[in-house]
Amino acid sequence: MKRSFLKTAAAVALGASLGLTSAMATAETPKKGGVLNFVVGSKIPSYDGHIETTFGMIHPIRPFYSVLIRVNPDNPSSPTDFVCDLCVGDVPRPTDDGKTYTFKIRQGVTFHNGAPLTAQDIKATYDKIIFPPDGIASARKAFFSMVESVTAPDDTTVVFKLKYPSGSFIPALATPFNFIYSKADLDQHGHTWHQRNINGSGAFRFVEHQPGAFVEGARNDNYYVDGKPYLDGFKAIAAPKMAVRLQAIRGDRAAIEFRGFPPKARDDLVKALGDQITVQESDWNCVLLFTPNQKRKPFDDVRVRKALTLAVDRWGGSKYLSRIAIVKTVGGVAFPNHPLAATQGELKQLAGYGTDLKKSRAEARRLLKEAGAEGLEFELHNRGVDQPYKVVGTWLIDQWKQVGLNVRQRVQPTGPFYDTLRKKKDFDVSLDFNCQSVVNPLVDVSKFLGSAGNNYGEYEDPVLEELFDKMNRSGDEAEQRELMRAYEKRALDEMAHIGVTLWWYKINPHRSYVKGWKIAPSHYLNQALDNVWLDK
Amino acid sequence: MYKYIVKRLLLMVPTLLGAAVLVFALLRMVPGDVCEVRMAGTGLYVDQEAIDTCRENLGMNDPYYLQFFDFIAGYVTFDLGESMWTGKPVTYEIGIRFELSLQLAIMATLVAVAVAIPLGVISAIKQNTWIDYFVRAFSIAGIAMPSFWLGILIILGLLITTQAWFGQPWMPPIEYVSVFEDPLANMSQLIWPAVATGYRYSAVATRMTRSALLEVLREDYVRTARAKGLLERVIINRHALKNALLPVVTIIALEFAFLMGGLVVTEQVFNLNGLGKLFVEAVLNHDFTLTQHLVMLVVAIFVLTNLVVDVLYAWLDPRIRYS
Repeated sequence: MKRSFLKTAAAVALGASLGLTSAMATAETPKKGGVLNFVVGSKIPSYDGHIETTFGMIHPIRPFYSVLIRVNPDNPSSPTDFVCDLCVGDVPRPTDDGKTYTFKIRQGVTFHNGAPLTAQDIKATYDKIIFPPDGIASARKAFFSMVESVTAPDDTTVVFKLKYPSGSFIPALATPFNFIYSKADLDQHGHTWHQRNINGSGAFRFVEHQPGAFVEGARNDNYYVDGKPYLDGFKAIAAPKMAVRLQAIRGDRAAIEFRGFPPKARDDLVKALGDQITVQESDWNCVLLFTPNQKRKPFDDVRVRKALTLAVDRWGGSKYLSRIAIVKTVGGVAFPNHPLAATQGELKQLAGYGTDLKKSRAEARRLLKEAGAEGLEFELHNRGVDQPYKVVGTWLIDQWKQVGLNVRQRVQPTGPFYDTLRKKKDFDVSLDFNCQSVVNPLVDVSKFLGSAGNNYGEYEDPVLEELFDKMNRSGDEAEQRELMRAYEKRALDEMAHIGVTLWWYKINPHRSYVKGWKIAPSHYLNQALDNVWLDK
Repeated sequence: MYKYIVKRLLLMVPTLLGAAVLVFALLRMVPGDVCEVRMAGTGLYVDQEAIDTCRENLGMNDPYYLQFFDFIAGYVTFDLGESMWTGKPVTYEIGIRFELSLQLAIMATLVAVAVAIPLGVISAIKQNTWIDYFVRAFSIAGIAMPSFWLGILIILGLLITTQAWFGQPWMPPIEYVSVFEDPLANMSQLIWPAVATGYRYSAVATRMTRSALLEVLREDYVRTARAKGLLERVIINRHALKNALLPVVTIIALEFAFLMGGLVVTEQVFNLNGLGKLFVEAVLNHDFTLTQHLVMLVVAIFVLTNLVVDVLYAWLDPRIRYS
């Protein structure tokens, strides 16, 4: 009885899979309809993209808004491919020696309340982001430090005037948090209204948000791109526990989770569901670092810091850690796939990146001896999150043990962890990370500056500051690249201010019926959902 | 009796005030704040100015006495303020989760009572027989097994068995639907956590029912009832069980109060948007306003439950009188 049942089930499954295969051959034309359920592992603090920094807000709220330009949704893995969203044609080239960008704005776009969207709305939005009034927070104001003014000479033109040419301007504009708000809303309701209210012009209209449970969106029938969106709607279901998110995909309560799973979770899903699961993988614009506190001895000694980085086997770590954690790629200060990033050959010239591990570790031991820090004992401060912090922290302790260092790990939850880094500063070496949205190395590498608000190394390095400044004011890509190498050499090798461990690796297993969504090198990108459709 | 109840209600005020002082002080001793967690915790670049503005706007730079006054004044003005994380009213944040937590607490209690009292009685009556051994083993297993672990096993069991039997894995819904909207969907979500929680809860109550009943069955009045020739069923139901239930009622009531805010891990395992999950999130987010009011809610539930238990004692045992 059981055997015949299994045979029947197998026959049905085979038939279904054959049907699926034949359907797939013809099904790449997007189908309309359906509701996409996806799970989100973080919470929504407010709906205002201009002040928030979490994907917990981006994933459910981004589909309600349009932006001026965005990462190409059909080619999101490219770190340099940007396309117009509310502007017309291609992303404009600068004029006036690279200091003026003029955007022509789409006509016929309306906000969800029916009001037309014009260049005045875009100007008002960027004024809020770049020049916020007193008492109004703007999380990424510093991204636009090169901007002198934003003007809208008429309803279809927006002009950004820069103080100096900058290669980081266009990527900063493409940041997915730059939701375009209605000027009328800002004028009538004030600059904090969008924290609790939504009136966008995106592919989906806001329906309901039940805090801690879900956000629901419905198709915007007046969306400005013909035929889109394909979905009738979406539901972003809050699920803080990774196990729940994983089981939700397995049990088809959700089709996808956009942030990413560890390799084991991917393997479990594939094993359980076979071709009902599609896996997309990508390098991730997040990097795990270790930061010595230079106000503490002996980490004020460059020899000790250099020994810490020389002891780490990054190439071996990549091979083994990538089996259990969301890290993989060996890289320097810039996102590995970007034209400004070091090639493998260039990387191997840096301390701690060589392939002769014995030689590196012998040099580390020599430096420690010379600095009088042989057998040094210290504490590695870490964040109480498994993936990838605790996994990589434990690995680092073992790496340092290979050169005679005795390291303990102090793990703290997020709140106290940041309190230690930002206020108390009572740590020896801390694990830290740099996680950005649009790949914008010219801005992203500011993390390595002692003066940066998110740098916790307690050092000043005028040479590094000067290199950064030069790099950001250079309009020439070749020169930028050369300066980036010097910057990288200074930060990671000569001064060894911060140690780069491994870059994260993004793994998105999802139900195979989810189509049109392409993985990007950041969990903040490509979340407008206008391209997504369901092959059911 | 009425005077007693009024007196107990008035005594709640200093108890709640003491709890308020304690939670207010303890929260401010924990390092870190909501603005840092919210803006710097993601690793994305953020302006320090934005964090400072956030602190100012949330009143975190106000003197502590003003913050405490605001906290307490909320109970007088019926305005408990807003969550520091979401900016939504605290009453709204608690209100949308209260129904789920209450329903789950009631369902788990029903499961526990339905299992514990019959099993406890049978175990006591059949003391030292194989039935007693089985019930004792069953209840000890329930005490030993954390309900969240049982919850994980239930979910995995459902996924694996449904895939094996029907070809597609099935798991309980992960979104809450009110029982008044869709009773079937509601039950298909909540029955599993109710069973997982109710089993552990019943295990404690079974042990208590058994031992209390065994004690009562050795009382003189039970012997007298037997000497009078009453049926064993009547002796158990009418005379012994009612008296044996006093400690069981205490256990059940206190567990019920605990379930209203303490189902932290079980709610996470089943993705239930209840008060326990809200509690954890509020603490992790350093959302002082919400955490303070949640603690006060749980304290109030415990104090009221204790009062109800005391009143129930008098009903169950006419010898108990409060003056």
